[in-house]
Amino acid sequence: MLITNIEYIPNKEIIEHYGVVSGSTVRAKHVGRDLMAGLKNIVGGELAGYTELLQESRDEAMSRMKKQARSMGANAILNVRFSTSSISAGASELYVYGTAVKIKNV
Amino acid sequence: MFELYIFLGLTLLGYISGSIIEKNHYKRIRKREAALLDLPTIALKKPLTDEGIEHVKLITGSVVISIDYFKKILAGLINFFGGNISAYETLIDRARREAILRMKESAKGASEIINIRIETTSISKNTKNVGAIEVIAYGTAIYR
Repeated sequence: MLITNIEYIPNKEIIEHYGVVSGSTVRAKHVGRDLMAGLKNIVGGELAGYTELLQESRDEAMSRMKKQARSMGANAILNVRFSTSSISAGASELYVYGTAVKIKNV
Repeated sequence: MFELYIFLGLTLLGYISGSIIEKNHYKRIRKREAALLDLPTIALKKPLTDEGIEHVKLITGSVVISIDYFKKILAGLINFFGGNISAYETLIDRARREAILRMKESAKGASEIINIRIETTSISKNTKNVGAIEVIAYGTAIYR
C-alpha cells in the first residue's frame, strides 16, 4: 500500500478512483503517564510518554484507513491529511483521511 | 502563608529548570538542523522533476512539549494586561522545529521531502490554559 500526501505518484498512472477513506481513534489519557505529565508541567520539557501515545494512536488510525482502502481494492492512498482535535479535557481524536486509488506502472 | 511558599517555590523551580531545558533543547535543535541541511524540505506539491524517482513515501514526525510553571504564571499575567506572550512563542517554535527534525531524521536516504504540512494542537487538562502542545509534521519523501 503506497501512501503519500501529494496528489499523484510520480511515474505511475492512476487507473481508478475509490473516493475518500479515513480512519480515526479517540485516545484518553493514561493514568501513569498523566502523573509524569503533571510533574513535567512544572519543570517543562518534552512529554515523551504522550509523544509515544499519540504516535501509537495515529498508527492505529492509519491502519484502519489502510484496511478500508484495501477492502475496496485500492493499492494506494493519495493526498493524506492528519487532523487532531481535543474532544474533552482528557481525550483527543486523531483523524486521518485520504483518497483511495488504484495505480499501475506506466 | 504556606501556600504562598509553595507557589513561589514552584515558580522558581519552573523558571530555573524551564530555562535550562529550553537552552539545551535549542542547542540540540541547532546542531541537528545543521546536520540535516543537505536534505531539502519544501512545501511545493510537486517535485521539481519526476525523472528517476524510484518510490515515494509518507513520513511523519511528532512531539509533545509541556509548558513550565513559570511560563504558565507569566502567560496568565500577560493575558491580563495584553501583549505578546513570548513564553508561548518559544515553546511552539521549539515544538515545530523538533517535529520537522524528527520527520527529516526518519527519511534516511531520501533526496528531498515535498509538500510538508504542520499541524499544532493544544493538549490541556482544562480548556482554560495551555498545558502542553502537540505538533505533527508530515510530508512525502522522494527517493531517487
